[in-house]
Amino acid sequence: MLAFNFFGATEGGLFDINATLPLMAIQVVALTYILNSLFFKPVGNVVEKREKFVSNNIIEAKNKLSEVKKLEADLLTQLQSARSEAQRIVSEAENESDKLYKEALELANDEANASKEKARLEIESQTSAARDQLSKQADDLSELIVNRLILEK
Amino acid sequence: MFLNSLLTNFAALEVGQHLYWQIGNIRLHGQVFLTSWILLGALLVFISLGTKKMENDPKGLQNLLEFLWDYIRDLARTQIGEKVYRDWMPFIGTLFLFVFVSNWGGALIPWRLIKLPSGELGAPTADINTTIALALLVSLSYFYAGLSNKGWRYFEYYVHPTPIMLPFKILEDFTKPLSLSFRLFGNILADELVVGVLVFLVPLILPIPVMFLGLFTSAIQALIFATLAAYYIGEAVEEHH
Repeated sequence: MLAFNFFGATEGGLFDINATLPLMAIQVVALTYILNSLFFKPVGNVVEKREKFVSNNIIEAKNKLSEVKKLEADLLTQLQSARSEAQRIVSEAENESDKLYKEALELANDEANASKEKARLEIESQTSAARDQLSKQADDLSELIVNRLILEK
Repeated sequence: MFLNSLLTNFAALEVGQHLYWQIGNIRLHGQVFLTSWILLGALLVFISLGTKKMENDPKGLQNLLEFLWDYIRDLARTQIGEKVYRDWMPFIGTLFLFVFVSNWGGALIPWRLIKLPSGELGAPTADINTTIALALLVSLSYFYAGLSNKGWRYFEYYVHPTPIMLPFKILEDFTKPLSLSFRLFGNILADELVVGVLVFLVPLILPIPVMFLGLFTSAIQALIFATLAAYYIGEAVEEHH
């Protein structure tokens, strides 16, 4: 009994256990329900709603970011294909013009060669005609000379 | 007897005296209920003010209450586990808030200025009835948590690693509420006594650091009580494989 009368109080003492205990327990249980409806539920709703909002926004932002990256990659490939296409067109045009130039050059060369040949042939024929005439004249002349010499005798 | 006479000399402290309320056959410690009603009333007013206008963009008191809520959720979640912590969060939070408000209220408010016919006002947690009530609620809770979550398989916990553990685990069911209640009771009462004795002997300056230490102890005790309660519940609902 020492414990129950430890501090010399006339009744009770430090370890005086009585109906305070169950009533306090009931009070704490009641407080749990009151705090649940006044504090834990409303604050929890707000906090969890916000957490959901934030995480949704993060997910949405991540989705948008990945979409942007995809579009960027798309654009990049498009740009590259456009660039190579342009290069191809330019080189094709270059080849084409080169070919045309070469053809024209060849044509011109041929023509020039042809006219040169023609001129040469003409010159040749004229030369041979002139030579023929000359030799004929020389023949005539020699005949004349021969005739004269013969007649003088 | 020497100890007894020595302690009666500190009669000014009025240790172990109570304001008795007699209701029919039952006797109550009135001072415990008076202080707890004042402190819980203040807590409820504070909480109603803070949750009156809840906004998605928290301001003022709502910030503080959300911080408190988050703190309690973290405590419950780390000790009880992701699966059932939601069910027990209000109980753990109420234990924490009740013990914290009682301890700090007992340490911060100059109750001594209010004269009672017998006994004196103080922290409700400095009364053994309060702490035993809280500890028994914790015991009931972890039994209920274990049985409602696992049914009769809850008792596997008693022979969990080996059946040799059985007597120790049974003993634990008694030591858990005992240690919970006496730890809280002893710490808060000791703090009140130390401050009381120091104020009685040296009324100036010297008690102030002890009072700060008391505030620190009070907060730590609230955290310890809530953490242990959550840990016991977590232990009861934990699945063994």
